[in-house]
Amino acid sequence: MFLLKLILKNAFRHKLRTWLTVLGITIAILAFGLLRTVISAWYAGVEASSASRLVARNAISIIFTLPLSYEERIRQTDGVRIVSGGNWFGGIYIDEKNFFANFAIEPKTFFDLYPEIILPSEQKAAFIRDRKGFVAGRKLVEKYGWKLGDAVTLRGTIFPGQWDFVLRGVYRGRDKNVDETTFYFQWDYLNEKMKKTYPQRADQIGFFMIGVSRPDIASDVAARIDNEFRNSIAETLTETEKAFQMSWIAMSQAIVTAIQLVSFVVIIIIMAVMANTMAMTARERIGEYAIFKTLGFGAAYIAALIFGESLTISMIGCAFGIAFTFPAAKAFGDALSTFFPIFNVEPKTIYLDIAAALVIGTVAGIFPTWRSIRIKIADGLRRIG
Amino acid sequence: MQGSAMAQTRSIVEIRNVGKSYRRGSQVVPVLENITFDIAEGEFLALMGPSGSGKSTLLNLLAGIDSVDSGSIVIGGLDITTLSETDLAAWRAVNVGFIFQFYNLIPVLTAFGNVELPLLLTKLTKDERHEHVEIALRAVGLSDRMDHYPNQLSGGQQQRVAIARAIVTDPVILVADEPTGDLDRISAAEILDLMGKLNKDLGKTIIMVTHDARAAEKAHLIRQLDKGIFSDVPS
Repeated sequence: MFLLKLILKNAFRHKLRTWLTVLGITIAILAFGLLRTVISAWYAGVEASSASRLVARNAISIIFTLPLSYEERIRQTDGVRIVSGGNWFGGIYIDEKNFFANFAIEPKTFFDLYPEIILPSEQKAAFIRDRKGFVAGRKLVEKYGWKLGDAVTLRGTIFPGQWDFVLRGVYRGRDKNVDETTFYFQWDYLNEKMKKTYPQRADQIGFFMIGVSRPDIASDVAARIDNEFRNSIAETLTETEKAFQMSWIAMSQAIVTAIQLVSFVVIIIIMAVMANTMAMTARERIGEYAIFKTLGFGAAYIAALIFGESLTISMIGCAFGIAFTFPAAKAFGDALSTFFPIFNVEPKTIYLDIAAALVIGTVAGIFPTWRSIRIKIADGLRRIG
Repeated sequence: MQGSAMAQTRSIVEIRNVGKSYRRGSQVVPVLENITFDIAEGEFLALMGPSGSGKSTLLNLLAGIDSVDSGSIVIGGLDITTLSETDLAAWRAVNVGFIFQFYNLIPVLTAFGNVELPLLLTKLTKDERHEHVEIALRAVGLSDRMDHYPNQLSGGQQQRVAIARAIVTDPVILVADEPTGDLDRISAAEILDLMGKLNKDLGKTIIMVTHDARAAEKAHLIRQLDKGIFSDVPS
């Protein structure tokens, strides 16, 4: 208790210096937390992926399609529970800056495959009934103020033309990591229009989403599907949903790595600032530490005083940093919702913040402690006066 | 606290052939050479000498905060030169009270907190510590300043707190390094009177280093050090 009181009093002896250091740590932890959240947002799709789902695409590249006829053959594969086809549509709403993901899907199977996408049954029925219907995530609907029954037009890029839709449902995510900014419409609508305008592009599927009966057989099922289409006109590459999502992230791996590096550089910089503060503090108090030693206090007590003070300052900065991370992440997420539909501060980020602050406090205390313990009492006492 | 009112003839400190030197770069500078003398229990000894004579070094050796190069220092029957750093720290906590020129109080602790400090190393309960601190502060006439921080006290009062801290564990010896060196004449006289009372009324053995002849007059015995050796003949 006495030690704790002394540590707290010592920590705030130079109020300006302490608060400036706390401010520095707060900003560093805030920056670290936000950067880690950006990385988490990047991996949100991976985190949301299911171990019992596979994705089959053209083995050459995702931009090449697969024949619709594959769907039934995949369904017949041993271990496959459900199959649903889909296409990345790439439509633009009014202006290119209004980016959101939009997919053509097969609604009868899609929602069974993705139970984490919650859509009221009557809305689901209305969506299935209306060939031009679409469903959108809660956040997307809120962003554009759409209401059920509203007509929305997308300008096709991959699939040229004006595409008219009617909002038939608003889904929400069962879990926090479900993207609520996606636009889904009926694949049949896409296919029918393709048959009329670009018949050679009809009956083509961008990717098949496949549900397997058990997660442990997923890799075997994937191998079976790929074997089924080996040496065909369009060979498949079937992988787990997680691997599929990772392949997208791999394209921007350099950016993710750069963000990771910057987040650690921020911590290293503040560690140096904190170490400087503690070195100054310990140098000023070397005489006091000599008094403690004179009175019979051992090295452990001196170490506890210095590390305690260092950790107190770093943890106060950490607490402020974490507290500010949530509103900052909210503002950041709102501003960049187009790029990061899921921008949540994860518990892992908070644990990393705390771990970073502990490392900062500990590392900053090492040198001053070593120096204070090593100095001879007589030499330390000579510094006073 | 001890109640002995008179100096005893038994030696509490026995110093034998003590030598000490310091390194200054490649040079070895001898500070103390073959020092041998005894200090009787209840003695009030003043060590005098010019700057660099080795008196503070000798005091540090006696107090166990510096180590000898040669010789032995036996205090209360224990040769402290044989103790490890850790054992020496524990020994100091029980046996030595320190009074410094610049008081050396911890600025973030009140007078009470400063005096309580050495008691944290004992097994006393909080209430017992409280009682001991009150007695010590009362003994130095500062029971009404317990909650004051060092910067709220005069130099003389700070030195009184330092004395209270030095006596609170009832140590075997009190060592004082220029205890009046930073005080005005009146405060210095008060501190010396207080130390005299501690010696006379409580039987404390005091070893004091001083430049001040008036301060030394308070002692029973004055020894002169010059260039690391005693230059006087003890009476």
